[in-house]
Amino acid sequence: MKLVGKQTWIYENEVYLQAVATAVGPMETEGPLGEQFDVTYPDLYCGEDTWELAERRLMKDAVQVCLTKAKLEINDVDFFLAGDLLNQNVTANYIARDLPVPFLCMFGACSTSMETLAVAAALVDGGFARRVLTATSSHNATAERQFRYPTEFGGQKPKSATFTVTGAGAALVSREKSKFRITAATIGKVVDFGIHNPLDMGAAMAPAAASTIRQHFQDLKTSPEDYDLIVTGDLSGVGSPILRELLREEGYELADNHRDCGLMIYRTDQEVFAGGSGCACSAVVTYGHLLKEMEKGNLQKIFVVATGALLSPTMIWQNESIPAIAHGVVLEVVKGER
Amino acid sequence: MEYVLAFLVGGIICVLGQLAMDVGKWSPIHVMSMFVVLGAFLGSIGVYDWLVSFAGAGATIPISGFGYVLMDGVAANMQERGLLGIGTGIFAQAGVILSETILFSFLVSLIFKPKG
Amino acid sequence: MKLRDNYQEAVKIFQPKPSYFLNSLKAFFVGGLICVAGQVLQNLYIEIFTLHVSVAQQMVLGTFILLTTLLTGMGVYDKIGQFAGAGSMIPITGFANSLASAALEHRSEGVVLGIASNMFKVGGAVIVYGVVIAYILGVIHYLFWKLF
Repeated sequence: MKLVGKQTWIYENEVYLQAVATAVGPMETEGPLGEQFDVTYPDLYCGEDTWELAERRLMKDAVQVCLTKAKLEINDVDFFLAGDLLNQNVTANYIARDLPVPFLCMFGACSTSMETLAVAAALVDGGFARRVLTATSSHNATAERQFRYPTEFGGQKPKSATFTVTGAGAALVSREKSKFRITAATIGKVVDFGIHNPLDMGAAMAPAAASTIRQHFQDLKTSPEDYDLIVTGDLSGVGSPILRELLREEGYELADNHRDCGLMIYRTDQEVFAGGSGCACSAVVTYGHLLKEMEKGNLQKIFVVATGALLSPTMIWQNESIPAIAHGVVLEVVKGER
Repeated sequence: MEYVLAFLVGGIICVLGQLAMDVGKWSPIHVMSMFVVLGAFLGSIGVYDWLVSFAGAGATIPISGFGYVLMDGVAANMQERGLLGIGTGIFAQAGVILSETILFSFLVSLIFKPKG
Repeated sequence: MKLRDNYQEAVKIFQPKPSYFLNSLKAFFVGGLICVAGQVLQNLYIEIFTLHVSVAQQMVLGTFILLTTLLTGMGVYDKIGQFAGAGSMIPITGFANSLASAALEHRSEGVVLGIASNMFKVGGAVIVYGVVIAYILGVIHYLFWKLF
């Protein structure tokens, strides 16, 4: 049985990350991980006319570079799994329009990266596909204009606000042996602890991350020390301490091996308030930086928990709170592979 | 002296708005709307008239001044026409603010692109 | 108290507090400065164009509105807003920026359905409430005057 415990999948047949690719915008290029991304753009329009087209360009670049790295054509891919933050998932849908591959659109807000990866691995492990391409993207301006205020609005953002990452990440999953193996994944439940403020998503998402991480440990009978790194997607400076406290209350101590992608992607002197967020945050940091760290031998086994705030402005105006969800995937280095 | 008063009164009104946002956790839209309402209310009881004569631009520049001129137009027209004066007077003085904002916003949108 | 039992209350210690004093100070200075500049302009207009005070006041507001919409278009105003908070939001500049930024943002959806239809997305509430309250107060005043 590949379902272990309540929410965790173990990929019994060996499933590998055959190739990954990342594309990012200006702020991310200027950040501490700037050189580790495959494609970089010096401005938010990425050479396009509108913000939405810019986001599409990023996802398109990530997909193309991923296929090139795997030395494959799009026709070699069996299924495409993708999602983004925008209404009707327009970025994913319009990219899929250009790809002659059966498509499964997925929405997990900022947890989409690991959601697509987990499901792709399950499809490959179960023999439902040989190669699955996953992708996710986000863009600072498209997110601002849809969820909050016009980009040139002079409102003052508080310290708890997060900064949507402009970027896209793509990954190809298959049975072909590579350096990185996807060994397990924990699918999260929607958790809502009653936070109403869309400018404080860290507090909204921390309970979801805690729920998924705790369930993962219980399902696999592991604990924080069994992983070289437990990294959350975008809990940021506000959500990270909350997560540690929530897990501490359940008896799990997240020590120095917990980090947050939202805190890794930008320098502290960049004007990003509490840190990075968005679908691309966990995607580009994992695919662009963490895998390179694993390749260098600095990390052996990591648990990437992408966190998503299922935010809807309409629901906020109707006085609803913000539900959240987190999905986690375990990635391990395979010795002796290049 | 009038410059000092304009500075002080304008500054204080803005601080009240800032506290509404920081402490009261009001959104910018809520704050602006509330100040317009306050300006109209204070204008209807004659207090804002005094504030304008006291602080000049310190009272006319804030958005509460917009509420005040709305009320001023209503009051002036009501003197001649009674209840009908409300509708005809409301934009009598505020109209130029609104129409210029609309026009300039429109033109700027044609010329520029947002930069994020 | 345990975090998960009373999350909304217990989480408050983790949420960063705004720099109350610094924010109010910045709002005070920028707001005050804008108003002083308005006063200077007002006197200047009266001097140069020999205007009635109320006309000069309108011209000053018009000047600020034009400046704000330009700064919004140039991509500068949002940085001023982040710094000054209410200092730029409360003066007429805030209202002008809310219209200009919304219109500018939706340029990608065209002139009619984009710019025009979305212009009042953020600032519309100000107009609605201004009009509604003026009507209510006008009626109250009328009744007062009629009764006394």
